[in-house]
Amino acid sequence: MELVRVEQLVKRYPKAQVNAVDGVSFEIEAGEVFGLLGPNGAGKTTTVGVLTTRVRPTEGHASIDGIDVVADPVGVRAQLAVVPQRSNLDRAISIRDNLVFHAAYHGVPAKVRETRADELLEQFGLADRSSEKPDFFSGGQSQRVMIARALMHRPKVLFLDEPTTGLDPAARLFVWDRLRELRDAGVTLLLTTHDMHEAAALSHRVGIMDRGKLLALDTPEALMRSLAGETTLELAADQPADGTLVDALAALPGVERVEQLQGSPEDGDAFRVRLYLSGDAAPLVAPAAAVLGEQGLALNDVRLGTATLEDVFIDLTGRSLR
Amino acid sequence: MSAAAVQLDPISRGEVFLAVLRRDVYVTWKELPAFLAQVILQPLFLLFVFGKVLGSLGYTQHGYADLLFPGLLGLTVVLTSIQALAFPLVAEFGWTREIEDRLPAPMPTSYVAAEKVLFAMLRAFVATLIMIPIGYAILGHVPWQWKNVGWFVAALVLGALVGAGIGLLIGTLVQPQRINIVFSLVFTPLLFTGCTQYPWPSLARLRWFQVITAGNPMTYVSEMMRGALTPAVPHIQPWICLVVALGAIILLMTVGVRGFYRRAID
Repeated sequence: MELVRVEQLVKRYPKAQVNAVDGVSFEIEAGEVFGLLGPNGAGKTTTVGVLTTRVRPTEGHASIDGIDVVADPVGVRAQLAVVPQRSNLDRAISIRDNLVFHAAYHGVPAKVRETRADELLEQFGLADRSSEKPDFFSGGQSQRVMIARALMHRPKVLFLDEPTTGLDPAARLFVWDRLRELRDAGVTLLLTTHDMHEAAALSHRVGIMDRGKLLALDTPEALMRSLAGETTLELAADQPADGTLVDALAALPGVERVEQLQGSPEDGDAFRVRLYLSGDAAPLVAPAAAVLGEQGLALNDVRLGTATLEDVFIDLTGRSLR
Repeated sequence: MSAAAVQLDPISRGEVFLAVLRRDVYVTWKELPAFLAQVILQPLFLLFVFGKVLGSLGYTQHGYADLLFPGLLGLTVVLTSIQALAFPLVAEFGWTREIEDRLPAPMPTSYVAAEKVLFAMLRAFVATLIMIPIGYAILGHVPWQWKNVGWFVAALVLGALVGAGIGLLIGTLVQPQRINIVFSLVFTPLLFTGCTQYPWPSLARLRWFQVITAGNPMTYVSEMMRGALTPAVPHIQPWICLVVALGAIILLMTVGVRGFYRRAID
């Protein structure tokens, strides 16, 4: 069942030169975890803003569970919860009260919100701090409180804007674990991130955004497969070489594409290439070294890798994610 | 735990509104001493120094306290309402972003603004009504006319709405880093041109100042209070005050709510 629908969405802010969101379309199924991956300023937060009724679209349509965000914003608000990039916890009240009042804003009955608050505080490792105000909470702790708060009214869709940006690695893993639990419990999530590991680790499908446009949309595996190969072999040699060598490498069996990279002569690798392969990389090391040898080059660095979403992004935009 | 989406019972917008109001009342209740100190100290000292001290020393005429008291009620209701709305709103739109948890609640954005207005009014009512026993304590008596209680209530409600309108305007238009300067620039003139310490008709001898005070909506609240509590003192006719105050409220609210929408929705 399709829960979120975005059609030809355009958002242009007053006085802006370009559209912040420029003709984006996608759908999210119930129970799906959907990641929007892209650098800062790609239009991810604006897209989420339209779906959460905080941003008015310039053109196009967006709906949640069939309810249009412009025609019935109140109806849409009843379906969703938002975990923002920066803490917006209520500082005047304890974190438990933050959860309980949030539930009250969404019409959860009094008894239910008390027990649910205790359950969620327990699950998010916050039970022992439940009576504290959020003033002195770290970024990771605030993030946990905000996710717990968002779950208080059992939203149909949970929007998470850069859920782990600025968190230390341990806090990040904790948040990832909680999000995986939600995914396994069938909660529909839309998360934005500029971290390809996060997108790949959590999402069923990833939309890659840049400059307001959705450039690609598929499962992380399919996106990485869309690059010539699933695995890569990176080689460096001591002397510069010309296109003949690249052609020779491309002719090796299993090599789907060769990308010449910027070498750094001061480190001794005047020549650096990345081979995208259809199969395993290891068996190709020796034949590739032999090709280099035939051209009089000595191999001085070998790196085996698998293609990442970052590679997909670079392939689509010619730029890196950061 | 099962966090799977569960269809909630449909909730009425009124219930959401009340839940948000309940949060504000809850926070105020928990900080009651701070709230009372914040709203009472200024009128208390004004009443004490101008009504009691200067009178006892013979610097003011007999009866000045009676003239001052209704003005102070007008001042308290307007200023408390402004403060109760503007300060939190600037913070919530600016750095705490707390309002982001209420804006996605299932009620229209205008209800969020209306809740702010209603809550500011409630605070202003409490602060103003407390001035009556305080007046008794300091002055020994306060001017009161049961037959004019309707005008007193009207002045109270209109004063709170005027203050809420100014607060909404400040709260949505002012950048957080400028809030201090705006308060100095707005509060001090409001405080001294609102006919709190003098009745408006008596300013006829100081015509230019009378014209200035006519531009302050608080003047009409003070004068209406005077008409209700001390009808013997010359004052602007209450129905004129009513019309002007209503006009000011409509203007302030229209601009303020528009500002609220601009801040709430991009």
